[in-house]
Amino acid sequence: MSEAMIDTTTAGATATAVTIQRRSVLRAAAIGGIGLGVLGAVGGTVALAAEPASTTTTTSGPTKQWCMIIDLRMCNGCQLCTTACQTAHFLHEDQTWMKVYTMTNAAGEEYPMPRPCMQCEDPACVPVCPVGANFRTPEGLVLVDQSKCIGTRICMNACPYDARYFNWGAPEPAPKQPYAQSPEWPVPQVQGTVGKCIDCAAMLPTGQIPECATHCAMGVIYFGDLTSDTAVNGMGQTIKISTFLAENNGMVFKEEYGTHPRVFYIPGHGQDLVNDNDSGD
Amino acid sequence: MTDVIVEPVPSEAHPVDHELRHAVLRPVLETPRWWWPSVLVLGAVVALGIVAWIFQLAHGLGSAGYNDDAFWGIYESNLVTFIGVSYGGAVVSAILRLTHQSWRAPLTRIAEATALVTLPIGMIFIIPHLGNPGKIWELVWPPYWNLSSPILWDFFAVSTYLMATIVFFYLPLVPDAKVALEQLDAEAPSTRVKVRQTLYRTLVGRYGGTPTERRRLNGSIGLLAIMIIPMAVSVHSVLSFAFASSSRAGYMETILPVYFVVAALYSGVALVVISVAAVRKLFHLESYIASRHFVRLGFLMIAFGAAYLYLTFTEYLIDGYSNTAGPAAWVHQVVAGRYWVPFWFYFVAGGLVPLLIMAIKPLRTKTGVTIASVFVVLSLWVKRLVIVIPAATEPLVRAATKASGGVSTGWGTYHFTWISISITVAATAAIFLLLLIVFRFVPALSVTEMEELAHETRTQGGRS
Repeated sequence: MSEAMIDTTTAGATATAVTIQRRSVLRAAAIGGIGLGVLGAVGGTVALAAEPASTTTTTSGPTKQWCMIIDLRMCNGCQLCTTACQTAHFLHEDQTWMKVYTMTNAAGEEYPMPRPCMQCEDPACVPVCPVGANFRTPEGLVLVDQSKCIGTRICMNACPYDARYFNWGAPEPAPKQPYAQSPEWPVPQVQGTVGKCIDCAAMLPTGQIPECATHCAMGVIYFGDLTSDTAVNGMGQTIKISTFLAENNGMVFKEEYGTHPRVFYIPGHGQDLVNDNDSGD
Repeated sequence: MTDVIVEPVPSEAHPVDHELRHAVLRPVLETPRWWWPSVLVLGAVVALGIVAWIFQLAHGLGSAGYNDDAFWGIYESNLVTFIGVSYGGAVVSAILRLTHQSWRAPLTRIAEATALVTLPIGMIFIIPHLGNPGKIWELVWPPYWNLSSPILWDFFAVSTYLMATIVFFYLPLVPDAKVALEQLDAEAPSTRVKVRQTLYRTLVGRYGGTPTERRRLNGSIGLLAIMIIPMAVSVHSVLSFAFASSSRAGYMETILPVYFVVAALYSGVALVVISVAAVRKLFHLESYIASRHFVRLGFLMIAFGAAYLYLTFTEYLIDGYSNTAGPAAWVHQVVAGRYWVPFWFYFVAGGLVPLLIMAIKPLRTKTGVTIASVFVVLSLWVKRLVIVIPAATEPLVRAATKASGGVSTGWGTYHFTWISISITVAATAAIFLLLLIVFRFVPALSVTEMEELAHETRTQGGRS
C-alpha cells in the first residue's frame, strides 16, 4: 500500500502559502484515502523508529504521518494541556513542552495559544546538532536521543518556536514507566541534555493520543494521521483533517521560516499567526 | 617564490650578540623573587575554578546561571573571547613577518607564546559549556559526526588551528633552543638546569644551524605564516556560524563572521601588548623592547578597533532601522534597554578610549598603549557577552508583543553565579600562569631572529 503514503516532500515544498499548504493536505487526503478512525488505525500496527538510521518504515501498512490540529477558537487558556504533559513526562514546572502563550492580535486583544513542538517536516534543530542526537522518524516525529546528546544547546538556538527545554539540573524523578526509556519516551529526563514535546510517541502505537489532547477539556487539540486524513480530540470528536483545515482557514505558525510544521492552527480570534517579530535581514 | 616569503639570510653566520644572549637567558637560569609567589597565587585561582567546575558537574548547568530563557551565556562568550585573543600571535608574528616588518623581532616569541597558551584555554571552555561533558568523545568519533553542524566544524577548525599554532611556536624556537643550550653549557654547567638542557636538546633535534638549514627553517616558517592566516579567519568565521544558524535577531546576521574575525584580531593584538608589557617589565628586557614597539602595535590594534567600531555601527544601524520587530527590538534592548550598560561600556572603553589614546600624541606611550590594551581586552569580553546573551534571551514566540510596544516582554535573564565567574577568572589566571611557566623555560625573545635582523639592518640599511 505504498501508494497510499503521503508525499511529505511535495507537501512541504509546495507549502509557500497557506492556501497551497491546504491544497497539498487535500491532495494528500485524496491519495491517502479516508474513513479510518484514528484510534482503530493506530492500534498496535506502528513501530516507531528508534534510530535515525532507519529511514524506511518496518511496518506493513501505510506509514502514519502524525499531525496535530489546534482549534484556537475553543482554547480558554486553562493550561490543563501543560499540566497533563508535565505529569505524564515527569517534567519540572518550567519545562513547558506544551506551553500556552498569551498572544495579542492586531486589534490588541489577547488570546491563548498552545505551542507544542511543531514536528516540522524541515526542522531547523536537526541539522545543527554536532553528534546527530536529533532525528526525524518516518512517521514525521522529531525526537531527541538523550543518550547521544552532549548538551551544546545549538538546537535551542535553531528552533524558531522556543520549543526546546534543557535539563539544567537533576531531572524530576519518575517511577517505573510503562514504556522503556527511549527517544519515544524520554522519562525520566537526563541531566545536561535537551528535551522537547514528543507527541507522546511511545503511546501512539497503543492507540492513544497525546496527553495534552486527552486532557483538554475544551477539545481544542486534535491529533491524527495525515495519511488517513483523520484526527480526533480528547472529547472523542473525529474530523476529516483536509476538510476541517480548508473550511476553518487552517494555518501553520511562522510559515515564513520554511520549517513546514505538522501542527496546524485554526484561528478564531482574528489573529494572524504569521508572527512579525523575526528577522530576515 | 620563497624569496617573497623568506627574509634574506646572510650566507655566513650572523654575528653573535653576547649581551643579548645573556639577558635573554637570565630569566631561564635565575628564579626571580616574585616567581613562586605569583605562581602559587595564580595556581590557587585556577584551583578555585576547577572546584567550581566540579560543583557545576554535580549540580548541572543551572548552577552557572543558565535557564531555558537564556540557554547560552558566559561560557560561550568566553570561548569566543579566549580563542579570539589567541589571534594576536598569528597577526603580530605572521602578518608582520610576511610584510617584512623587522621591528617585530623582539615581539614574535611573546606573541606566539600568548597564542599558544590562550588557544587551549579557549578550547577548554567547550567542557563547562557542554551539559554532558562526559560524552565529549562523540565529537572525535566519526560515527557520531553530523557534518551539517556548525559546532562540529568549529571543533575541526579550532583543532587544526591549534596544531598550526603549536608548530608556529615550535619552528622559530629551534635555533633559539640551540642558542640556549650553548649558553647553558657556557654559563651554568651545573646539574641545576638539567631539565632545561634535556628540553632544549629535544627541541633542537638534529638541527645544526648551518646556513642551508637556517634557510629551510625560515622557508617553513614563512609558509606556515601564510597558512595560519586563512586558518585563523576560518576559526572565527565558523565559530560565528554556530550563532548565525538560527532565526534569532542578533545571531542571524550576514555580518557575523567578519565581525567575529575583526574582534578577534583587535583583542588579540591588545593581549599581545599586555603580554609584551608584562614580560618586558618582569624579565627586565627594557633595553630590547622600546616605546616604538608599543606604539606600532598600538596603531595595528586601533586599525582593527576602528574597523570593529564601523562594523558595530553598520550592524546596529541597519537592524535598528529595519521595520521587523525582531531586529528592532533586539537593537533597542542592547542600546537602550536592559543591556545598555555593557554595550556603552564597550563603546567607550573599547571603541573610543583606545582611539583617543592613539590619536593624542602625549598619551601615545608605552603606558598609554598598555592601558588602552587592557581596556580593549576587557571591553571586548563584555562585547562578546552583549553579542551572546541578548539574542539568546530573545523570546521567539513573542507573547503579547503588540500590546506592550513590542520590545520589553518575555526576555529571559542570564544570571552570573560564583561558579561561572570563578571559572572565568580561573581561565584568565591560567593565561598568566602558563606564560610565567613558559618563559622560565623558553627564551622570551627570539634571539636568532633578532641577531639576524640586526645584522641585516646593519648591512643592508633596513628599517628597525
